[in-house]
Order: sequence, then structure tokens, then C-alpha cells
Amino acid sequence: MSIFVDDDTRVVVQGITGGEGKFHTRQMVEYGTNVVAGTSPGKGGQDVDGIPVYDTVEEAVDEEDANASVVFVPPAFAGDAIFEALDTDLDLVVAITEGVPTQDMAKVNKRLSETDTRLIGPNCPGIITPGESKLGILPGNIFEEGNVGLVSRSGTLTYQVVSNLTERGIGQTTAIGIGGDPIIGTSFVDALEAFENDPDTHAVVMCGEIGGEDEEQAAKFIAEHMDTPVAGFIAGRTAPPGKRMGHAGAIVSGSGTGTAESKISALNDAGVPVGDTPNEVADHIEDFL
Amino acid sequence: MVMKLHEYQAKDIFAEAGIPVPESRLASSVEEVMEAVEEIGYPAAIKAQVHVGGRGKAGGIKIATDEDEARQAAEDILGMDLKGYTVERVLVEAGVDFENELYVGITMDRSEGKPVAMVSTEGGVNIEEVAEENPDAIAREHIDPAFGLHPYQARKVVFEAGIPRDVAFDVASFLTTLYDLYESNDASDIEINPVMITSDRDIVAADAVMNIDDDALFRHDDLAAMEEDAYENDLEAKAGEYGFDYVRLSGNVGIIGNGAGLVMTTLDLVDYFGGEPANFLDIGGGAKAERVSNALDMVFSDENVDSVVFNIFGGITRGDEVAKGINEALESFDEIPKPVVVRLAGTNAEEGMEILNTDLVQVEGTLEDAVQRAVENAQEVSQ
Repeated sequence: MSIFVDDDTRVVVQGITGGEGKFHTRQMVEYGTNVVAGTSPGKGGQDVDGIPVYDTVEEAVDEEDANASVVFVPPAFAGDAIFEALDTDLDLVVAITEGVPTQDMAKVNKRLSETDTRLIGPNCPGIITPGESKLGILPGNIFEEGNVGLVSRSGTLTYQVVSNLTERGIGQTTAIGIGGDPIIGTSFVDALEAFENDPDTHAVVMCGEIGGEDEEQAAKFIAEHMDTPVAGFIAGRTAPPGKRMGHAGAIVSGSGTGTAESKISALNDAGVPVGDTPNEVADHIEDFL
Repeated sequence: MVMKLHEYQAKDIFAEAGIPVPESRLASSVEEVMEAVEEIGYPAAIKAQVHVGGRGKAGGIKIATDEDEARQAAEDILGMDLKGYTVERVLVEAGVDFENELYVGITMDRSEGKPVAMVSTEGGVNIEEVAEENPDAIAREHIDPAFGLHPYQARKVVFEAGIPRDVAFDVASFLTTLYDLYESNDASDIEINPVMITSDRDIVAADAVMNIDDDALFRHDDLAAMEEDAYENDLEAKAGEYGFDYVRLSGNVGIIGNGAGLVMTTLDLVDYFGGEPANFLDIGGGAKAERVSNALDMVFSDENVDSVVFNIFGGITRGDEVAKGINEALESFDEIPKPVVVRLAGTNAEEGMEILNTDLVQVEGTLEDAVQRAVENAQEVSQ
């Protein structure tokens, strides 16, 4: 088992004719992802490596039965692309694009709440169920099939922790990068809930970072609703207040909210061990299994 | 990230939208200040135009009641160092004869994914302290981004805040205008503290904070043109030119990596192993050789840096490109200015290791080992 994506996921790539879209479509297909279509307004009728290109997501759904999309559309048009995906009632939309204006995401977020579609991202590396399917830009070769779920706000940090796991022979059910922006679709809590309900996931890694209150909410959820053991990591312990550490969402506000200390103590209070290094997180997971 | 507008820029935008602001002039010399006060009259406020919170407390705002005081204030403030920023311009503004000071703000509530309007009768003081000590003193109303702030919501939040009834409708319409500005300019925050109610019961925006979501600047040429010298130091300006996410810190271990979370983690590990990070530098995804070599140039030009750790976990970033960039940067030196530890993992890491000129750098296989070595290098150099 896995969460959100598997062998049956039929993917339409939004922005398939762009540089990033084309490159990562190839990578996804190589990994085994079932990419059934792409979209690129005005380029309907063309193809990318034999994958049919449509002008609209609706056509891709009608003609190829796509049920999920990956968005590689540039930031100025990404909000619109996500709206299009939401209005087509896809099951899953994975928005890779970095730099989507926050007010666009606020509007997307409002629309999202009225649909049954799951949005992952934006500004995220995507999602992978090792051995089955990957939607996004994660390097497939570092993952291995197994029993550990992973959810993270950061891409490369995910890769680091996954490699620490895989080196020990610990594989993953599904790994999700939820993205580093202030407004995102799938939250830690959403992902944790899905992992809790997945019988094949025996332990979960949660990689958070400074800014916002998502990690604190996740800690509360873990304490109240989870039996599956969780190990955590929080990046940004040394970040000074008021300075954004790369991600738009990674900032400790002037009034001191969003600090690493508050997140670590919330997780510890929920019984979640937090590693001082990524490798220590793998130690904790090894203890759980 | 946000682009911060200066008070005078925000007030220009407010004034254009019909929000009353005090009469003012921008001045960059003592002479210009004196000309301005002559036109505006006394009392006048002389206000430093720098991107620093708490300007008043730090001595960046002075009230002048006569010519001598105005000259003294101009001499004191122009050229002063305010929390690391040099004051080059002041706003000379007519004093307002006020009876009440209010707080009005609009910001994005991350946990709700919606903008929120905030109103309080406790203006003129540090609103973050009010929020902590007496949160009920701030009335809040969430805004549906699809529809904007409905007039009834503006009235509701104003009544809830206990704004004096004779000006309540005026403050509500003020708030509606403010939300329009928030939305149409892709602001991330707008804050007016204080909004003054004058003895004639008029409303005046006495201060103005307006920050713009810089991810949205592509559709605001007018605002993008206002972006300037918003950097705290030369290195941050340089990072801006190179297009890096960069934050300078106070330690001596220079850090370069890809991806915000991993770079933050590298900083944390430097601290964990007893060192002090000198900076946060994210080269981003898919960096080519030139970008890598620019990053090294950045960190080398920081005089605080005694040692450098380069930590790359390639996803879309390729190890061979990184290695090429490191070689290019280092081969241009007769002597490597600061020891560099490199750790390459992920996409094309093996190809990268083959290319990498290991005479010029130290190589480590794991994140922990690389950071430890860089910390040791820094300790040796600084001894």
C-alpha cells in the first residue's frame, strides 16, 4: 500500500512542452509513472516523446482518463493552472512551481476547500511511491520500497533523510514534499492522517522547519490520533528572527512565533523524538521497526 | 520574501487612493529639511526613511517645534546608523493635533490561508506587545480572498474594536480602501500605526508600513521600480545581483548548499558541532557551474569567513556541474583563500567526484563529516 499515488495514477503534466516539464516528464516515465497526457495551451495536437499534448486539462481527462496532474507552469500562470486542474475534478494536483504569488494561492486555497481534489505544494518536490509512481522532481534512485512514510516541507532535506534510511536498508511506502510556501494544499496533518490509515506504513518521518504553526498542529494530531510511531526533524534552529531562510514560509516572526524550539518541544511533548542530525532521525526510525 | 516600501512610498500610494496623510516633503540634506519645514510649519516630525522597525525608540524620529530643533534633528538623523542602515533620507511631515491613536492592519493569516483585517484602539504603541499581553484589544476579521472585504465586515471589526462611534463609519471605509490597496498591490502586509483621529474628528494615516510579495512583482512594474538598496550590507546586495537566497550571520563558517531546508540543516549542524555559521546561501535547484562559482565568490568575499562547507544533495542539481563550478572558482586563485570542504550526493555525484580537483578541496562522504571538518578548519584558522 501507499498513500495518494500508486500504479493506477494516470498523470497529465501541465506545462509539458516547457524545459522543466519536458525533462521531468522523461524522468517520471523512466521511473515508471503512468504519464498519459500533457497540456500546453496552443500546442494541442503535438506530442512529447509520444505523449499526447492537449490545450486544456479537460480534454486530457476526457481523452486519456487522467486523474492526477503535475504542474510545471511558470509562477505567473501557476495559480490559473491549479484552478484549471481543480475545476476538472482531478483526484490529485501536484504543484512543483516555485514563486507563486501568495494572494493567488489564497484564492486557490478557497476554491480547493470547495472540491474533493487533493493539492500538494506549490513549491514542492512532489510525491513518490517507490517502485510504483513518482509525480514531481524527486530523484527516484535514492528511494526504495519499504514501510516508512515520509513527509517534509523541504526537497533536498527529504533526499538527505531518505538516503540515511535507504543506506540502512529501510525503504519507504510513500514520500511527500508538501512545500515551503506560506499557503500550501496538503498539510502535515493531512499526510500524517493518511499514513496512520495505511496498514503498510509502520513508522513515519516528519521533517519540519521554522515558520508558521503547521508542526505544532501536527504534534497535536500525533498525540491525539496516531498509533504509528513518528520521528521528527526541524530545520532552522540557528535562524535569526525576521530573516527569511530561503523558503517564503521559513521565517521566525519578530514576535517569536514559528521558532524551532517551540516546534521541537511540541513534538517531544507528543512523544515524537526529534533528531539533532538527519542521521539521528534514521536511528529513531530503526528503533521503531 | 517581501519587498519593503519606505514610509514615504507607502504614503504616496495611500494618498493616491484617497487615504488622508499629513502634508510632507522628502529631504536628503539639512538644507532640504530646513526648506521643507519652512513650507510645512511647526510642529514638524523628522522621520528617518530606512527599513527598520522601532525607528522612534532608536532615535530615528524627532519632533521639531522651531528652526533650531529642526536643524538639530536633521543633523542628528541624516547619516546616522540605525540598526545597521545608514539614514540617507528623511520625511519631513506636518505634526498632527490628535485626540486618539488607533491601529489598523491587514496581513495574511497563514494558518487560515486567508487575509485578516485587524483594528485596535491601542494604536501608537508596539502592537506585538498588545497582541501578546492583551489579545482581546485587537479585533480581527478574516477576509474571503475571492470576494474581498465586505463593507459589513469592515463595520463589524470596527465596532468590535470599540472605535469611537462618531468616526466608526469613516474608519470602516478607510479599512475597505486599505484592503483594496492590499489586494491590488499584492501586499503581504499593510500596517498603519497609528491612525490618528484629530481634534476635528478627521482620520489621518500618521505612519505607513507596506510590504509587497516579491513573487508578485512581475505584475507590478510601478512597485518593482521602487525596489532599491534594501540591503543591510554589501554582501546581501551582491547576493541580490547573483539571485541567491542569502542571509549573513555572525559566525566564521561559510555555508553553501542547495535547497532551503538542507542549507538550514547545514547551519544547524555547524552549530551542533561547536562552530558558528557565517551565512545561509542557497544556490537553488538546477544550478549550473557559473552559479556555483558565484556562490564561492560570495562567501570568499565575506571577511568573517574562515572556512567553507559546500553541501550538495542533487535532485535537479547535477554533481558534475557543481564540481565544474568549484574547479573554475578555485583554479583562478594562486592560493585558495579559505579551506573548502565539499560533500556531493545525489544526481551525478559520482561524475562530479571524478571531475572535482581534489588538490584544491577536502572531500567528505557524509553531511556530518563534512560539517565537522569545516568547523575544525575554522577553529584552526581563527586560532
